[in-house]
Amino acid sequence: MPALTLAPPAGDSPLNTADTAHSEGPSAFAQAAELELRDVSKRYVGAREPAIKELSITVPAGEVCVLVGPSGSGKTTAMRLINRMIEISGGDILLGGESVLERDPRELRREIGYVIQQIGLFPHETVAQNIATVPRLLGWDKQRTATRVHELLDLIGLDPEEMRDRYPVQLSGGQRQRVGVARALAADPPLMLMDEPFGAIDPINRARLQDEFLRLQARVKKTIVFVTHDIDEAIKMGDRIAILREGGVLAQYDSPREILTNPADDFVARFVGADRALKRLGLSTLAEIELAQPNGAQPNGDTVALSTTVRDALSLLLSNGGRPLTVTDGDEDGHGGSARVAGLLTLETVSELLDERAQP
Amino acid sequence: MNLLATGPVIPNYAAQSSKCVVENDFFCFDWVKHNWGTVLWPALRQHIYLTLVAVAIGFAISLALALAAHRLRWLERPTLVVTGILYTIPSLALFELLVAPVGLNTTTAEIALVSYTLLILFRNIVTGLREVPDEVREAAEGMGMTRAQVLRRVELPLALPAIVAGLRIATVTVISLATIAYLVSAGGLGLPVHNALGEGPFKTELIAAGGLAVVLALVADGLLVGVQRLLTPWVRAARA
Repeated sequence: MPALTLAPPAGDSPLNTADTAHSEGPSAFAQAAELELRDVSKRYVGAREPAIKELSITVPAGEVCVLVGPSGSGKTTAMRLINRMIEISGGDILLGGESVLERDPRELRREIGYVIQQIGLFPHETVAQNIATVPRLLGWDKQRTATRVHELLDLIGLDPEEMRDRYPVQLSGGQRQRVGVARALAADPPLMLMDEPFGAIDPINRARLQDEFLRLQARVKKTIVFVTHDIDEAIKMGDRIAILREGGVLAQYDSPREILTNPADDFVARFVGADRALKRLGLSTLAEIELAQPNGAQPNGDTVALSTTVRDALSLLLSNGGRPLTVTDGDEDGHGGSARVAGLLTLETVSELLDERAQP
Repeated sequence: MNLLATGPVIPNYAAQSSKCVVENDFFCFDWVKHNWGTVLWPALRQHIYLTLVAVAIGFAISLALALAAHRLRWLERPTLVVTGILYTIPSLALFELLVAPVGLNTTTAEIALVSYTLLILFRNIVTGLREVPDEVREAAEGMGMTRAQVLRRVELPLALPAIVAGLRIATVTVISLATIAYLVSAGGLGLPVHNALGEGPFKTELIAAGGLAVVLALVADGLLVGVQRLLTPWVRAARA
């Protein structure tokens, strides 16, 4: 039983119900629970309009749900209702089938990972002490905590020996962000709440951290509620996207592909942008679509790898004067000596793709 | 009746004094050495005692007031007004005022000294607590810390530099003010200074006692800086 001691024993937590996904991911990250918001409302005292209006969404265990919307759409409020940083006015929130309203708020929060935009690392504590925050609150012993810190630093790609005793001021922005995620993961929470976690990072590092986070999530498979105002980030990070409009009304809750293909109304269509067809192409790589056969035609030398997104490939295609591109299974810059030709990418291929996907 | 027979006793100061004292030089180490055990050390010891007690009590009161004002914002202004008034009362007047109700003793001195630390300490503790970044507090609460845990594990440690800065000012202020505690018969280094003023042109006692007060202030300040360095390693990490 490798590292099983790190997860709470079965039956210890009320979250170990049938809704809980157990077997996936490393055993040290055994827990993920289904989250259900049921007709959730929030009305602030003295406010005429509610901040959240009868919001109902269900996030299956192990999936990423992105809450996205313009400012004033209540996305952060909705997230903070889940760990009871804000008290709910109506409806119910179920985590692993159990109402969060019946839990002690402190205990509940210790079971929910929490990452905010400014990260909020404790400046007076070392990286190791920061990560150990929740284990310490839960009364873990020293050995178990130290093992866990080591494992988490490994997981986020920071050298434990080198980084453990540093203070937050001695870290780069990206490192701080990773430590913030490690701290949220420390006690293997079945749910993570992330409020614009990459919002304060420059664009280049943000893309890298997003990719890194997706790889991490593929391993830990947590249920995640992710708040952002950036639709592109929502499309990239979300298994499902909940688009909220002003007043905390749910406009659409669907997979990114569905939202881009069939926006529920004008608001959603405008919010995802006029380039939603292009964004949709960004969801697939050349490996996932049907390519034209070369049929002995000689390519003019411009090649593109199978791992390229259709969107990037279209951009290349257009800058190539619309002449077909040769798709190879080589490395990304197309210089792989032994690369095999997989097919041709033509403008017709791409437009058929969009046409076909427009049909429900 | 032997005494009468020998006539009036005229103390012969010169007999037990060095050449330096007799000739009244600017500063006589001999005198310091000679009077260390009987004059200077007792005065210094009393001075340290007065200071420690005043700063400790002042800190306890200020911390309690600051924690209350941290939770109940409206308490801050009235507390600043009251401690501010105490701080501006001329020290000599305050000592004299307290003699009637409290008497000529150490308690009078301590009450006066404590009242001068309150404004400095209260303001520094409140400022230190308030300057804890909001996101740090939010993260602490979001991870399930109780209010007491947020205070003990996050807010107070982060307020330490401001708190120690307050303690340094309060301590040096009290060391300086305690030199007038002799007025209410509480002793301290003010006593030899006062006596020296009555000794005419002889300067050694004045210089020695005054110098000790200065050295005491410097040493106390240095100790507090050392304590802060030990307690706040992250502050140095930020500078490195």
